[in-house]
Amino acid sequence: APAFAEKFGLGRPALPEEVAAWDLDVAPDGTGLPAGSGSVEDGEMLFSENCAVCHGEFAEGVDNWPKLAGGEDTLADEDPLKTVGSYWPYLSTVWDYVHRSMPFGGAQSLSTDEVYAITAYILYSNYLVDDDFVLTNENFLDVEMPNADGFIVDDREASEAHFWNAEPCMENCKETVEITMRAAVLDVTPEEVSEEVVKEQEEIKAAAEAQAT
Amino acid sequence: MTDKSQPSTTRRGFLKAGIATGGAIATGGAAHAAQEPDPLITEVQPWAQGLGDGVDAVPYGLPIEYEDDVIRRNVEWLTADTISSINFTPIHALDGTITPQGCAFERHHSGAIELRKEDYRLMINGLVDQPLIFTYADLERFPRENRVYFCECAANSGMEWAGAQLNGAQFTHGMIHNMEYSGVPLRTLLEEAGVKPEGKWVYVEGADASSNGRSIPLEKAMDDVLVAFKANGEALRKEHGYPVRLVVPGWEGNMWVKWLRRIEVTTQAIESREETSKYTDTLEDGTSRKWTWEMDAKSVITSPSPQSPIKHGPGPLVITGLAWSGRGSITRVDVSTDGGKTWATARLAQEGQDKALSRFYLDITWDGSEMFLQSRAMDSTGYVQPTKDQLREVRGLNSIYHNNGIQTWWVNAKGEAENVEIS
Repeated sequence: APAFAEKFGLGRPALPEEVAAWDLDVAPDGTGLPAGSGSVEDGEMLFSENCAVCHGEFAEGVDNWPKLAGGEDTLADEDPLKTVGSYWPYLSTVWDYVHRSMPFGGAQSLSTDEVYAITAYILYSNYLVDDDFVLTNENFLDVEMPNADGFIVDDREASEAHFWNAEPCMENCKETVEITMRAAVLDVTPEEVSEEVVKEQEEIKAAAEAQAT
Repeated sequence: MTDKSQPSTTRRGFLKAGIATGGAIATGGAAHAAQEPDPLITEVQPWAQGLGDGVDAVPYGLPIEYEDDVIRRNVEWLTADTISSINFTPIHALDGTITPQGCAFERHHSGAIELRKEDYRLMINGLVDQPLIFTYADLERFPRENRVYFCECAANSGMEWAGAQLNGAQFTHGMIHNMEYSGVPLRTLLEEAGVKPEGKWVYVEGADASSNGRSIPLEKAMDDVLVAFKANGEALRKEHGYPVRLVVPGWEGNMWVKWLRRIEVTTQAIESREETSKYTDTLEDGTSRKWTWEMDAKSVITSPSPQSPIKHGPGPLVITGLAWSGRGSITRVDVSTDGGKTWATARLAQEGQDKALSRFYLDITWDGSEMFLQSRAMDSTGYVQPTKDQLREVRGLNSIYHNNGIQTWWVNAKGEAENVEIS
């Protein structure tokens, strides 16, 4: 009969070098943060070289790429602007994410000190530190993130308790039904070009060419 | 009532399927007598005379060409590029509950990477008695389980928070797939390493550049989370995490980490980018919910729908759709044809399964008049799918994620359907 041992004895011990290579995450209390430092001044140059093509020289974002700065006090607005400065609760997340996953397409190419410097520059872009600021693993937790207290743990079971209503209305549930919004009016759904449209486009093109000659 | 003189489509029309109506003239009632013999019957057709393909023609087949509209679709304007982006499952054209892997939606943050089994490594570290490294071959030697679960992106229907926007069930509800997974319980692997008493969370991350790191409470990790390597009987598709992904039943798709490379036992949540900047849900007062893991009960009518109009005219009509809940099984789905004034309980194709898609049907006789179709799911916890307005009363308009509000399709007398919101 097979013996159901507590362990299967599969896998092998991970070596310290292997854990060090892959375990890069940094927690909000600074756990995982390596020793190092970087200035706003160095960060400005590094940001310009590595990040500005998508995120803008001032971290304000280019086209549809993420904005990293701005949006203070907009979270309750109709169209909130969520950035590191306006939204992110912890600086640890900035360091961790930039270090592991940025630049987009060239991730894990930044040194520890370069990540400190870029993080310092992002703080400066959000008016959270002065231009002579130097971020280190020592002063890291002193930086106050404006929206640190802006998050609550999922409270659906309390705030949406009324959705747990096992006897929903089945008949005469409302008087009238009126259309209030239509997707076809907005017309942003990708279209599959029909023959009719192709013909129409060709006619327009032909007419345009006729006009040009 | 609604002004029926309003045009039901834009000038250019929307989807090809949406305008391919007309033609069939049906009057309802009993089957119609043929006026002339049907040549498809009276004349010998080539396929009844000649030969088809040999068994060696296609070692691994794709759908027949006539089904070429049953494909993933992308909405370009949603994201900055197609690498950190999303596409949509053609749920309007599928039936049953199992999603064919080849058209099951994708969501990547730094693209779909190619990772060979030989190059695959899984690390367990942190607060464990013995940090471990597994190869793919090691994982295949642990006792295995098979389970069917839905994976729904937290942002599914997210574009619809502010109102009716995209015209088709594929676009409004298609960030979802449902597969049968084969894999090893995460619990088994954690027990192999030995979790220390201080361990309260696991942090899981992928091998891709985005890493997609997320924190999961140890309780969930030890419950029903799977480390999966097969889906619907075969290896995971590259785009779905080949060779190994995490399956986190009932929880938002972002946590189903693909190309899983590391599991770290920690005392605290890491509060990574994907659980602070993203996958947090902003409420009307500007505060935001975090750790909104469960996907609440939800449903959608997949046909008729904007991409699946009624082409056969009045008479018998199959109304069908999907329902699911991250908190348990679907116990009931109600369908309304009049915008929620009256409801009829639909038929579940089979008994609801825990955290998996359910298929429902309501067979009606359509009289050819306009309908406002809605479906309303109920789950084993007694939760009833709310309307969008009920959700907005609690959350406002900027939650982005977790929109499980009731969907309305306006079906006109021609059988064309449109995504609308109603009072």
